[in-house]
Amino acid sequence: MIPSRLIEIRIHGRGGQGSVVAAYLIATAALEDGQFGQAFPSFGAERRGAPVTAFARVAEVPVRRRCQVSAPSFLLVQDEGLLHTADITDGLVPDGAMLVNSSRAGSEFAAARNFNLVTIPATSLANEILGRPVPNTAIVAAFLSLTNLIRADALETALARQFSGEILDRNVRLVREAARLVPAGAWKELCDGAAAA
Amino acid sequence: MAQQPLEGSQAIAQAVALCRPQVVAAYPITPQTHIVENLAKLIADGKLACELVSVESEFSAASVVLGAAAAGSRAYTATSSQGLLLMTEVLFNIAGLRVPLVLTCANRTVGAPVSLGNDHQDSMAVRDAGWVQLYCADNQEAIDTTIHAFRIAERCELPVMVCVDGFTLTHTLEPLEVPAQQQVDNFVGPYAFARTLKPTDPITLGTVLSHEFYPEVRHAHHRALLDAQEEIVAADREWHALTGRSTGGLLSIEGPPDAQTAILTIGSILGTLADAQAEYRDQAPAKLIKLRAFRPFPVDALKQACEGLRELVVVERAVSLGSGGIIAAEVRAALSEMSSPPRVHSYAIGLGGRDVPMNAYPKLVAAAQSESPPRFAIFDLQPAKLPAEDR
Repeated sequence: MIPSRLIEIRIHGRGGQGSVVAAYLIATAALEDGQFGQAFPSFGAERRGAPVTAFARVAEVPVRRRCQVSAPSFLLVQDEGLLHTADITDGLVPDGAMLVNSSRAGSEFAAARNFNLVTIPATSLANEILGRPVPNTAIVAAFLSLTNLIRADALETALARQFSGEILDRNVRLVREAARLVPAGAWKELCDGAAAA
Repeated sequence: MAQQPLEGSQAIAQAVALCRPQVVAAYPITPQTHIVENLAKLIADGKLACELVSVESEFSAASVVLGAAAAGSRAYTATSSQGLLLMTEVLFNIAGLRVPLVLTCANRTVGAPVSLGNDHQDSMAVRDAGWVQLYCADNQEAIDTTIHAFRIAERCELPVMVCVDGFTLTHTLEPLEVPAQQQVDNFVGPYAFARTLKPTDPITLGTVLSHEFYPEVRHAHHRALLDAQEEIVAADREWHALTGRSTGGLLSIEGPPDAQTAILTIGSILGTLADAQAEYRDQAPAKLIKLRAFRPFPVDALKQACEGLRELVVVERAVSLGSGGIIAAEVRAALSEMSSPPRVHSYAIGLGGRDVPMNAYPKLVAAAQSESPPRFAIFDLQPAKLPAEDR
């Protein structure tokens, strides 16, 4: 069965920023939302600080393909410094969009000339709410808010699989705040268009 | 049964735990590590009553589980790549002693060059050790095959290697069904090994044997492996009746029944080729044959699957340097018994973890129509990266 709706996402980060966990979180939230998901890292040795790539797919039917995501509809960039690497936008579809972890405005980035680019200050938000500079959860929440790809409460249920007590409360606060910091639904049409392609 | 989002390694660890092993011994190696870490956590959390033996090498890990199984405990180990090769001597002994054991091989290529990438060079290197080898196409199959493996091992008195693609499966999170404990208890049963070593009824395992009996022992072992085909099929059939899920037994076929071209694959590239098969249905119609059992090699099932085919493309994840395709050589030998066998094309793909993209499928189907195909080639070779003399 060819998935009639298949959204492909590529996540760029550095070792220690939780890029693989972000991909796993998207796939887990998709399942909690009654959809199907798949997530995996770009395979190799894991080193703190080194560039890391991870992939997530969300579909209406189980995902069978296991090839890397070479033509993503969306990029999630956990470290704005990675935008200086030559190949980061490789394969991003022409009407694709990028969400970048930065406290600067999206228009300040050269990539904004070619792609729909939105920023979110995910590291400072995580520092403020979790007390740890790990941007992954805030980025996922902002991405889901922009696209409406997965219901927000499904993301919170997915977090509840991992955390409990005060840590869960803080993560819930974080995802709600992150979702508010981006224009909700702004990428919904991009997302629906990508799914139809 | 509801689906849960699980990483492959986590799912395999849960499947192993459901089979209630009494001894687990393993040495960490990427990409197998998460399996044993998850088992260690289940034991530490009191969810699995099992002795976890920390060892200093894979040679010892295999030796510990051999001793444990021979002494009457259900035992399990997992490894990968160089780790599997370091076990090699013990693997032959485990099989030769006909001790039931289950080992997960998180498939990874073998150095040098050192690489963490997924291919099947490791398990293919020990194909003659006398183990059953079952290859998994996805993580649901990894769960189900792990459970089948304990039953097959104990009923056939043969060790079973469950081959799971490293990273591509072990590190992929996807929705999976984990069966209920009662279901697994009924299916696998308590550990049973007739030749258990016990002081009250002493026997010897592993005596020196002269040529007086040696060929007969090898014959019996060979027969046991061939006969294991029935148990592999029966386990799958019964599991299907219980859960509604089939792994295909020895092999399975999907795609247009009247197609005269087929691609035979092993392991996790099936999913990508299957999605591509649907996408390129009109342009490049071909069947997909998934080989699940490589040892025993299912000659009869394979001949039946290839009835009516003109072209068979064998796509494998390992190479016998100086010869070519490993599976393809065996397929050619098996199909030579057919009255009108298909042409067999032999390609290796995805060596060292090179990504196998969707468009590999139409390219493979097109290659099958070639007038003079190579005896063997690495399909996704990039000749520009080679010095001129090696192209």
